[in-house]
Amino acid sequence: MLDIERPIVELEKRLEDLKRLAKDRPDMFDSEIKLLEKNVAELKEKTFRDLSAWQKVQIARHPDRPLARDFIEMMFTGFIEVHGDRLFSDDPAVIGGPANLKKQPVMVIGEQKGRGTKERVKCNFGMPHPEGYRKALRLMKMAEKFSLPVISLIDTQGAYPGIGAEERGQAWAIAENLREMSALKTPIICVDIGEGASGGALAMGVGDRIYMLENAYFSVITPEGCASILYKDPGRAEEAAESLKMTADSLLRFGIIDGIIPEPLGGAHRGDQETADNLKKVLIKSMEELRDIEISELLDQRYERLRKIGVYEEGS
Amino acid sequence: MGIKDILDLKQTKAEEPPKKKGVPKGIWSKCAACNKTIYQKDFLKNLKVCPECGFHYQLSARERLDSLVDPGTFEETNSVLLADDPLKFKANKTYRESLDQSKEKTALPEAVVTGWSKINGRLVMLGVMDFHFIGGTMGSVVGEKITRAVENATEAETPLIIVAASGGARMQEGMFSLMQMAKTSAAIARLGKNRMPYITVLTHPTTGGVTASFASLADVIIGEPGAMIGFTGPRVIEQTIKQRLPEGFQTAEFMLEHGMIDMVIERPKIKNTISDYLDMVLPVSKKKDTKEAIKDIMNRPLLDDVNNINKRIQKGISKIQEKVKGD
Repeated sequence: MLDIERPIVELEKRLEDLKRLAKDRPDMFDSEIKLLEKNVAELKEKTFRDLSAWQKVQIARHPDRPLARDFIEMMFTGFIEVHGDRLFSDDPAVIGGPANLKKQPVMVIGEQKGRGTKERVKCNFGMPHPEGYRKALRLMKMAEKFSLPVISLIDTQGAYPGIGAEERGQAWAIAENLREMSALKTPIICVDIGEGASGGALAMGVGDRIYMLENAYFSVITPEGCASILYKDPGRAEEAAESLKMTADSLLRFGIIDGIIPEPLGGAHRGDQETADNLKKVLIKSMEELRDIEISELLDQRYERLRKIGVYEEGS
Repeated sequence: MGIKDILDLKQTKAEEPPKKKGVPKGIWSKCAACNKTIYQKDFLKNLKVCPECGFHYQLSARERLDSLVDPGTFEETNSVLLADDPLKFKANKTYRESLDQSKEKTALPEAVVTGWSKINGRLVMLGVMDFHFIGGTMGSVVGEKITRAVENATEAETPLIIVAASGGARMQEGMFSLMQMAKTSAAIARLGKNRMPYITVLTHPTTGGVTASFASLADVIIGEPGAMIGFTGPRVIEQTIKQRLPEGFQTAEFMLEHGMIDMVIERPKIKNTISDYLDMVLPVSKKKDTKEAIKDIMNRPLLDDVNNINKRIQKGISKIQEKVKGD
């Protein structure tokens, strides 16, 4: 539970208790219940409207936040999970396979953080090794072969910084995904569902449409990493989060993403299914838009989309 | 454990970074790497590689150009692109301050210089990064200049050569910087379709978002001896895994051994290595202008080759004659 949530959760519990107590005598506690409900709603509104960048980071990292696998279960049917990069191993930090989205087969891939200590360790806290990115690329090539649209779910604090990852070419794996995704002959829709930090997120984030959930962040580096390097003080992550302009509204304004998927007030974990339904609607709509575009035209548009990103002055 | 925990760790665990090596400057001075006395003239002639121990000192972009380009052939492109400050970024310094300081220190407008140049007579598009400009980091301008260089090479059907030296994506431009990785890589996908050779030279250090985009997507990747090459810097890795890294980890030699780069070449030999490779993969017929191609064929220094062959034949004949005499 986040600090900012605590008063709300306590109030909600009191309301629940009161409701349970009032089950047999509804009329007796009616006014109290109404008052409490009003208080909860007001407090939620006050707490969760205009969240700071740092608060959004906390929500994006909330232990109860739905993860890639949860979204796959809530939005798709018939998910057939496949494994391995055919080169080294299977990286549980990246999951994927074909699935149906409203009866339309697609290829879904996602960065999976894991829930609970055991699964989190197995998934390496959602920080992929090179084999994870190569697995993702293998599935994208498979999607291209069968003309399946790719849905990519981003959720990572970054590519794993370790010895094996470097030995097996972490940078090479990321770069290859960037190049191959830019030219993949099938539509790609990317969604940042929580954390999107550094090249480890971008390696799953090149496509025809990029969306973010309302409380997700997308950044060149984690706020802690930035604070440690530029502020020389990891404790100043809150300032760094603000400076990096990493929230969905900033990035929509900058033209880097195409849309924001609304979450229930307080975050996706306060309504998993509602969030998934919101996302599903947007995915279906953009798939319909992209389906009608000729592949060569689609690739030109994808290139132009990236080509125009950058802010600079051009003298003469 | 997440990144936060990693960064919260005391930073003293990591090994002290090697002392900054001052570049030998006097007529006679000591190499900071091997402590031997070296003669400045030899040192400069050797392109700032210690003649005694072979330590490669960092070069500025201008020095690098001089080491690669046929004299007088460099024509700079897009020198007028200058960084903006889209985030109005401020940490301990404002981004504007960092930019101004780097411009003054390097006399460069940005962390990469691009342009047309000739390497042993062949026209190429060349990009050279300078680590002294905000750590050679890639923001919008570096990304745009690299992308334009790639597009120029694609359109003009010339080879592309990029010399990398970078700490990665530039944090002060946030997501604009990160997206340059995708932009440059997408441009390279198109270069590849045009079947134009692309060579990168990775110099000390090449890390982060530059290694994880255009720098590692070349047909041939050359590393300079001892250069640090990788994705995550060694300090962060040590803090993550809580142990010392083995000797030689993330050097060019290490990356060669692990199959990530093609060769480790001493600086004075890089130019000829590049042109030898281009001669091999880019036959004359691939040149865009037939007239030019014919001219090239006619101008080829055949005589030397013929002479060499003649010499070899002569040598062979005299050997045989000696043998006959001996019998």
